[in-house]
Amino acid sequence: MSQIGSFALLLALALSAYSFLAGALALAWPGPTSERLGETARRAGIATFALVFLAAVVLVTSAFQDDFSIAYLYHHSNRDLPAPYKFATLWSGQEGSLLFWSLLLAAYGLVLRLRHKTDARLFAYASAIIAAVQIFFLLLLNFAAHPFALMTGSLPTDGAGLNPLLQYPEMVIHPPMLYLGYVGFTVPFAFALGALIMRYPGEKWIRITRRWTMVTWAFLTCGVFLGAHWAYSVLGWGGYWGWDPVENASLMPWLTGTAFLHSVMMQEKRGMLKMWNMWLIFATFWLAILGTFLTRSGIISSVHAFAQSSIGGWFKWFLLITLVAFTFFFFKNKSHLRSEHKLESLISRESSFLFNNLLLLLACFTVLWGTWFPLISEYVQGNKVTVGPPFYNKVAIPVALLLLLLTAVGPLLAWRKTSLESLKRNFRGPALGALALGILMMVFGVRPWNDIAYFYALMAAMLAALVALTVTSEFIRGGRVISRHTGQSLLASMVHLWHRNTRRYGGYIVHFGVAVVVIGILGTPFNQDREKEMGYGDKMTIGPYTLVCESYTQDDSPNYSNEWAIINVFKGDRQITTMYPERRFYKASQQPQTLPRIRSTIKEDLYLTYEGLNETTGRPIIKAHLNPLVMWIWVGVLIMIGGTVLALIPSAAPVRVRAPARIETAPAGAGD
Amino acid sequence: MLRRGWRGLGSHGRSPQTHRMTVTKTKRLLTSNPIFRRGLQVGLLCLMVFAFLGAGDESRFNSLGHRLMCVCSCNQVLLECNHVGCTYSDRMRGELVAGLDRGENDDLTLQGFVQKYGPTVMAAPTTTGFNRVAWVMPFLALVLGLLSTVFIVLAWRKRPALAAPGAVLPVSGADLERFRTQARKDTEV
Repeated sequence: MSQIGSFALLLALALSAYSFLAGALALAWPGPTSERLGETARRAGIATFALVFLAAVVLVTSAFQDDFSIAYLYHHSNRDLPAPYKFATLWSGQEGSLLFWSLLLAAYGLVLRLRHKTDARLFAYASAIIAAVQIFFLLLLNFAAHPFALMTGSLPTDGAGLNPLLQYPEMVIHPPMLYLGYVGFTVPFAFALGALIMRYPGEKWIRITRRWTMVTWAFLTCGVFLGAHWAYSVLGWGGYWGWDPVENASLMPWLTGTAFLHSVMMQEKRGMLKMWNMWLIFATFWLAILGTFLTRSGIISSVHAFAQSSIGGWFKWFLLITLVAFTFFFFKNKSHLRSEHKLESLISRESSFLFNNLLLLLACFTVLWGTWFPLISEYVQGNKVTVGPPFYNKVAIPVALLLLLLTAVGPLLAWRKTSLESLKRNFRGPALGALALGILMMVFGVRPWNDIAYFYALMAAMLAALVALTVTSEFIRGGRVISRHTGQSLLASMVHLWHRNTRRYGGYIVHFGVAVVVIGILGTPFNQDREKEMGYGDKMTIGPYTLVCESYTQDDSPNYSNEWAIINVFKGDRQITTMYPERRFYKASQQPQTLPRIRSTIKEDLYLTYEGLNETTGRPIIKAHLNPLVMWIWVGVLIMIGGTVLALIPSAAPVRVRAPARIETAPAGAGD
Repeated sequence: MLRRGWRGLGSHGRSPQTHRMTVTKTKRLLTSNPIFRRGLQVGLLCLMVFAFLGAGDESRFNSLGHRLMCVCSCNQVLLECNHVGCTYSDRMRGELVAGLDRGENDDLTLQGFVQKYGPTVMAAPTTTGFNRVAWVMPFLALVLGLLSTVFIVLAWRKRPALAAPGAVLPVSGADLERFRTQARKDTEV
């Protein structure tokens, strides 16, 4: 089996090399012969997908067959591993995840190559660029991180097992989502670079890639937040974001991708920011690769670094080559990227996008700087320093708050110019609402002068309310106009409104989701935790909850042995639930793992972890966290994803009006 | 004394007529402008909230514990380390409590940890020496970014219009198509 996989990868490398070279030759010397050559390049690209898919199937099948002659499977699987995790073995280690990356890239390439008739020449350029990226990953797979490398010496009877941290249901979907996001940004990048090389006229390439970009962004958003949820549910420290280098690596392309999603609208609508957008999509692609380099090379230590090796050198070269190639084509053809319009007013959608981009890029720079600073410090001072949560909280939170303010104001601004009068009129209500919330919070005990964290929480709450109220007021105002004309109810009118411009109103829903996420995050300063050794009948109180230990016991299964406690949870005199915090000891990997138990409500999460047994008394140590508002984060993410899906649905076709009609005043910021 | 001072400040450098006009203007602003009045009320309410609600005690243990890292290589903040079987975090927490009991100030307590465990025990770079660069760079980037954005905005605003008013220039086929495309983009819903 492993030989089939190895051969498939080698052939895939040859075919993607052919796809790139033949595609590039056909594009460089156009003519009747080159059309046929280009077609063979396209088909070679399609065949690459078939071969990489075959290699992935071979690896997964071998995992199910417990073929521990394959070194990768020996290190990441074992006989008693449950079936879903055997499937997830594909992305559980370095070699497998690179194969998975290559598979996703090939799949994106397949879709692109099948849809080539949309614009044959532009698609041919994009196909060649994707083939070039594919060559890099296949070179890695064939020569540096071979997933089908065989064990030497006597064959082991069982595998070393999967890292316990990865034995969690979310790990079956979190990496694919993240990789779909990472890899997906290669497609808009390939189109952008293709358009730059061929000096593509107009902005059609943006319309072609709009859906790709949005879908990719949605996947990356899902991936980032699933990672946060996984950390919350598995790592057991009671938090969801620790500013770990791997988390940072996923956040950086998300930030630049978000900036690109906004600024690309300026190019599409007003023919502005063309050079900027080129660099932005390149930076997004580049940061996705850089993130992989950071986490796979081992140069930066991380709690998530499940696989580290010497492939860093390969990534360095690839990053350098892509940077040089992109810079060369940019300077060669930058005259093609001149802006078509001037900025007419400071109070306009255009300027809000400029500042939005500035802040998103600044946030990205801060994260990148914080991630790299330990290395810079070691180089300059000779000793490493830690750049952890206190740094990011001090530096990134003010930027995030400013971004939130722009998110609130942006939708109220129209393209070209907005009058101060209309801005004041539309902003007054939401601003007063946000102010009222701030005062209420202070009255109910949030004292911003006590702690900077409370100050941030207060500001975040007010700004999140401002965003939510702005979005709601935009929907209501637009809905009312439609309702007056059609006689529909306000709700039906708002649906109608969305359907007339799905992208704009879907985007507003995404903004609303962001506000909900922020509300969830601002609960962090009010977290509480307690730790206690709990024997039979012992009690611990945290917030409104009283925890009573009913029992504690041990169990055994083929994959792991475990210790767990039975904790009855009371609120007042009423028992509301029973929770079972647990600690497992995985036999194959010989590693322990804490499994927290979480009771989520809209108000707060009760989060229990089994810290271990006190060896002297034989009683379990239970740690309880009370984390307010965490559920809002996950709900907010669902709203963000829902908003993206709504924005992806095509808008209703505009109705053709024969007779001249009176034009109704559109809501502020009309026109996307 | 205070009243005299206030009166003196209020009328400083103005003729009685100007002063009367300013007072009338202020009165009119207070009585006729509801937004101003409401803003003033909200401001007063905020002031009262600030004045009557007292500040609580902060937990130094919690604060300092979140400024230190556990050194068991789990890459977690000291008070958040839940590494099963961690041999460092309990001991370090004990040392932190002991330091606080001795009445040491924050700097001295943290310095003790740095001396014992090395600079990586601090969860964030210090604000001394080269480490200052870590803190300065993001703000420097913000300032440079803001300046660049302002420069771009000003440059764009100064850019000449496509054609002077009244001077009709002949439009070629390619330009005409470009204008058509732009007009379609600007007018689409």
